[in-house]
Amino acid sequence: MEFSELIKTAKVENVLLSGPGVPAVKGTLCITSHHLLLSSQPGGDGEQGTVELWLLIRNVDAVEKRFASSSGTITLKCKDLRVLQLEIPGMEECLNIASSIEALSSVESVMMMYPFFYRPHSMKLEQGWHLYLPHHYYQQVVAETSAWRLSSVNRDFATCPTYPSAIIVPAVVDDEALRKIAHFRQGGRFPVLSYYHKKNQTAGTGEGLDQPSCPSISAPQVMLRSGQPLMGPNKKRCQEDELLLKAALCGRARGFVIDTRSAQAAKQARMTGGGSEPKAAYLGWKRLHRPLESRGRPLQESFMKLVEACNDPSLGMDRWLSKLESSKWLSHVKAALSTACLAAQCMEREEACILVHGAEGTDTTLLVTALAQVILDPDCRTLVGFQHLLEREWIQAGHPFHLRCAHSAYSHARLKQEAPVFLLFLDCVGQLGRQFPFSLEFSERLLLALFENSYASAYGTFLCNSEKERSLCKVKETTHSLWSWLNQPNQQKEYLNPLYSYNALVIWPSVEPQSLQLWQGLFLQWIRSSQYLDEAWAEIQRLVEGSETPTRTNGAAHSQLLLPH
Amino acid sequence: MEHIRTPKVENVRFIDRISSRKAALGTLYLTATHVIFVENVSETRKETWILHSQISSIEKQATTATGCPLLIRCKNFQIIQLIIPQERDCHDVYISLIRLTRPVKYEELYCFSFNPKLDKEEREQGWKLVDLNEEYNRMGIPNNYWQISDVNREYGVCDSYPTEVYVPRSATAHIIVGSSKFRSRRRFPALSYYCKDNHASICRSSQPLSGFSARCLEDEQMLQAIRKANPGSDFIYVVDTRPKLNAMANRAAGKGYENEDNYSNIKFQFIGIENIHVMRNSLQKMLEVCELRSPSISDFLWGLENSGWLKHIKAIMDAGIFIAKAVAEEGVSVLVHCSDGWDRTAQVCSVASLLLDPYYRTLKGFMVLIEKDWVSFGHKFNHRYGNLDGDPKEISPVIDQFIECVWQLMEQFPCAFEFNERFLIHIQHHIYSCQFGNFLCNSQKERRELKIQERTYSLWAHLWKNRVDYMNPLYRADHGQTQGTLHPQTAPCNFLYKFWSGMYNRFEKGMHPRQSVIDYLMAVKEETQQLEEELEVLEERLSNLKKVQVNNNKVKNMQQDRNKALRLSASNNSIANTPQEYSNNLKSFPSRSPSQGDEEDSALILTQDNLKSSDPDLSATSDQESGVEDLNCRSPSGGCLPSEDSGKDPDSDEAVFLTA
Repeated sequence: MEFSELIKTAKVENVLLSGPGVPAVKGTLCITSHHLLLSSQPGGDGEQGTVELWLLIRNVDAVEKRFASSSGTITLKCKDLRVLQLEIPGMEECLNIASSIEALSSVESVMMMYPFFYRPHSMKLEQGWHLYLPHHYYQQVVAETSAWRLSSVNRDFATCPTYPSAIIVPAVVDDEALRKIAHFRQGGRFPVLSYYHKKNQTAGTGEGLDQPSCPSISAPQVMLRSGQPLMGPNKKRCQEDELLLKAALCGRARGFVIDTRSAQAAKQARMTGGGSEPKAAYLGWKRLHRPLESRGRPLQESFMKLVEACNDPSLGMDRWLSKLESSKWLSHVKAALSTACLAAQCMEREEACILVHGAEGTDTTLLVTALAQVILDPDCRTLVGFQHLLEREWIQAGHPFHLRCAHSAYSHARLKQEAPVFLLFLDCVGQLGRQFPFSLEFSERLLLALFENSYASAYGTFLCNSEKERSLCKVKETTHSLWSWLNQPNQQKEYLNPLYSYNALVIWPSVEPQSLQLWQGLFLQWIRSSQYLDEAWAEIQRLVEGSETPTRTNGAAHSQLLLPH
Repeated sequence: MEHIRTPKVENVRFIDRISSRKAALGTLYLTATHVIFVENVSETRKETWILHSQISSIEKQATTATGCPLLIRCKNFQIIQLIIPQERDCHDVYISLIRLTRPVKYEELYCFSFNPKLDKEEREQGWKLVDLNEEYNRMGIPNNYWQISDVNREYGVCDSYPTEVYVPRSATAHIIVGSSKFRSRRRFPALSYYCKDNHASICRSSQPLSGFSARCLEDEQMLQAIRKANPGSDFIYVVDTRPKLNAMANRAAGKGYENEDNYSNIKFQFIGIENIHVMRNSLQKMLEVCELRSPSISDFLWGLENSGWLKHIKAIMDAGIFIAKAVAEEGVSVLVHCSDGWDRTAQVCSVASLLLDPYYRTLKGFMVLIEKDWVSFGHKFNHRYGNLDGDPKEISPVIDQFIECVWQLMEQFPCAFEFNERFLIHIQHHIYSCQFGNFLCNSQKERRELKIQERTYSLWAHLWKNRVDYMNPLYRADHGQTQGTLHPQTAPCNFLYKFWSGMYNRFEKGMHPRQSVIDYLMAVKEETQQLEEELEVLEERLSNLKKVQVNNNKVKNMQQDRNKALRLSASNNSIANTPQEYSNNLKSFPSRSPSQGDEEDSALILTQDNLKSSDPDLSATSDQESGVEDLNCRSPSGGCLPSEDSGKDPDSDEAVFLTA
């Protein structure tokens, strides 16, 4: 397939672009394989035409057309929630443009996407891809305890197609057993270590040296994740699986299985071959059910309803609140945060082990394990640590980004597997940031950038559904990593929270409705002006930085002193 | 005190309504002015002080095996639950409090016994801090168009107006008196705000007694005079802040609104703000939502919508925006009234002034604004806020709504206000506390008769003295956002109106951000300033003694060290973090006894210390948690992380977080 086949009209003059909050501009519209460009006509005084719009076509979620006599208006509803209007003279041009955008934005093949073509001068390929290998994290864990080992059972993605090649499991379970367990867990997702919780990190570091592999009380807690056990209606059991979980307890009296489905749903899953760990078979493990919406319609529809409410200017105060309520988005935020807090609390306060799973173990499971780590672990709250976490607990852990983020809130296409699980995670992190304004090293801007890039990106980081697919598509060899871009010094600065200071504590959020807020920076980003809030942010930066770097007079004095005597 | 049946009850349990933590055991004392609860824990002996005047209701609940519960709701939105072992004691406390919280004469109020140990001169200075004549001078008045009138000397025309009233020069005493006879409670049109740039003004009055057809020549002349005082415009807006239906109903009672045909050159406009009864019920409904224990998001949002509270706030704001726009953009003067012109009119005039004039967005200017539009123009503080026992139907959160409007604006314009949220909360607190004389009575006349200024102290002086606590670090007088008229976003803007948990759930500390950005930035600002001064001194020395080698790095390091320390202290102060009930079926957990003291809600209460500083209010900076972080992190035993210091044990998690 050639892109040029999809582009019916590549260039139209005198197109009027308008969008919320910006004055309308007229210019020349161009369509390239991946971008929509609009450059304004040069002004009368010899002014250069400027590019007013540079839109990744992949970012277009829905295209709507409207015609009036000889011209047509195309409304572009973008995945980043922006809504743009193009008034195009000429019916035919308008139709052509619309169908070109439609065709280009719905190209299915991963290999045809922009990241495979994007070649910025300032960056080298393969640069960021080795920054955050989960491997490194697992090696750290293994270095600290002999109870866990790195396994290469999934080297060629044969045991579990959605796991990365490096995984970490209890040392006593050999690869053969893992293969058996993989058959007993949905998607082959046998229980693996997700997080190793070192309590009292600041108290003593030397203690671990002379301790045996399974120390008693002060042993670090672990969090595992997996797919559901394939018990089926006959309550099948798997000895190796039971052994693995027993070994994970590390001699501790108890562990908790946090099932992100209701007890009812877990029971029903047996009819289709799934299920949840029975108490009798897994001694010491207790099941907790916390139903979270993730798969399929409810969460996606919640997202769509919320965005619709935000975009509806006709709502009165009362109707706005009831629309907000009926979208249920904040209820999902509350449920996700509560469940993550429960997991964190089980580890931190009950000193128990945790196993998290839902059905597949690729959605709500990751939502809970990743959020719990942000709550528990100060390292995950740094800019770099957060990227580590995303790589380990979302990307490498096999969250199917390609499927989940195929469409955003506006698409009229029939829903397939879309669900804003990752967005929900970012929203929850944002809630933590609001409640603990000094404790996250990164700012809301990073979360926004991650949201945008997860839906449409110039980088390969969020492409595909698993490591296996990425390796087949040679994503690492032929696309740039988002991380290498984010970590350029000038970019980094953009995403840092000026108020950050390291906080070794667990950050327990409030999940009361009074404490949870609509994420205005995202949902209202294109609707309300943020000028005054941006000014406030700049003022905060000015204040904090003014106190950190020497002031101008100070700087002068400084340079004076540097002069040789 | 004859009303106190029992001054002291022991073994009372104080229930923390929010956390499910075990109740604190202690002793309850009743004094002439306060209810005091002192915990038995010997090291801390934590005290909770509640002013009688803050108590809005006392509810005796059914006796249980453990004792007799007493629920006290306060006007500053604190809720206290006590369990008194003996039914008889409980009854005595209840009866005493019923009487103590409903004083019948002003002299019983706290401000007459409150003594901040200031001498007479300081007290007088305090009352002079806010001077309304000075304020009108600041606006540029008197001038060619406006003058001060002594027509209300000795309150001869209108007893709820101040003695000094500003009116158009062309309005003679005859016109004023004539007009006053045609207005409810004789509240004739008088100047509230004057914009010297374009001569447009905001005037206020009560409704005209027009009935179905009555006219009054002097009243028509009065409005004409207001129009003439603004040479730039050939009409004025008359804004009736009531819903049209209410205004029409008033016509049957011989009151009503201006007939456009009778007045030359007015444009009449209704802006539907509901009356005090609707507002009272609305707040009541919203507070019921705030009181819910662990509500779901749906319960909360439904309840909030159902209360209509934010809708009412928006209506007031919209009225203010309309008037500000008329004055600033159209250059047209506005006359505002409602029924009596002392509730909605006060709200709307003050919101409009706040939007128009940056001065009112400063600390001092805000005090002046309240003094001008609320205190001097006879807002009935005593009736609205129930300071003395009176008709419960007169009570309504009128000024609370204005204060909330200011907060909503602060959220939209974070750099535009010199003061912070705490300032608003403390003003609200003191409107009800009766600790200072400013808001006593229903009018200036009554206050003069009571000799308030000689017998009580002024809140403004107290707030001014502690102004560092109330500063917004993001405010800069030269910042663009500070200048000129504020233009809040109008449509679509519903989502900009938010629930103010900092006010209505202010005592539920766990709900609020655990780290205070404002306090930290304030500290940074101060430090930077100090360092700059230090640096200046050093530089001076440097230039004087060129050959002396001053290690500049020292300065820099010092600066950085300080910064670090600052940040640490700022976050220490504010980390008051404890896990909540995220689990509802973990009752099988072994009970682990809390190893920390119960310092959790020290900031929720009115401590003796605070009282001495005559500030019986919470202060975000006075957490006793400070240092907890440090101590615990380094504690060798490491048995318990500091974030667990609430001592809440999971097996008592009765409250359900995940009501699925």
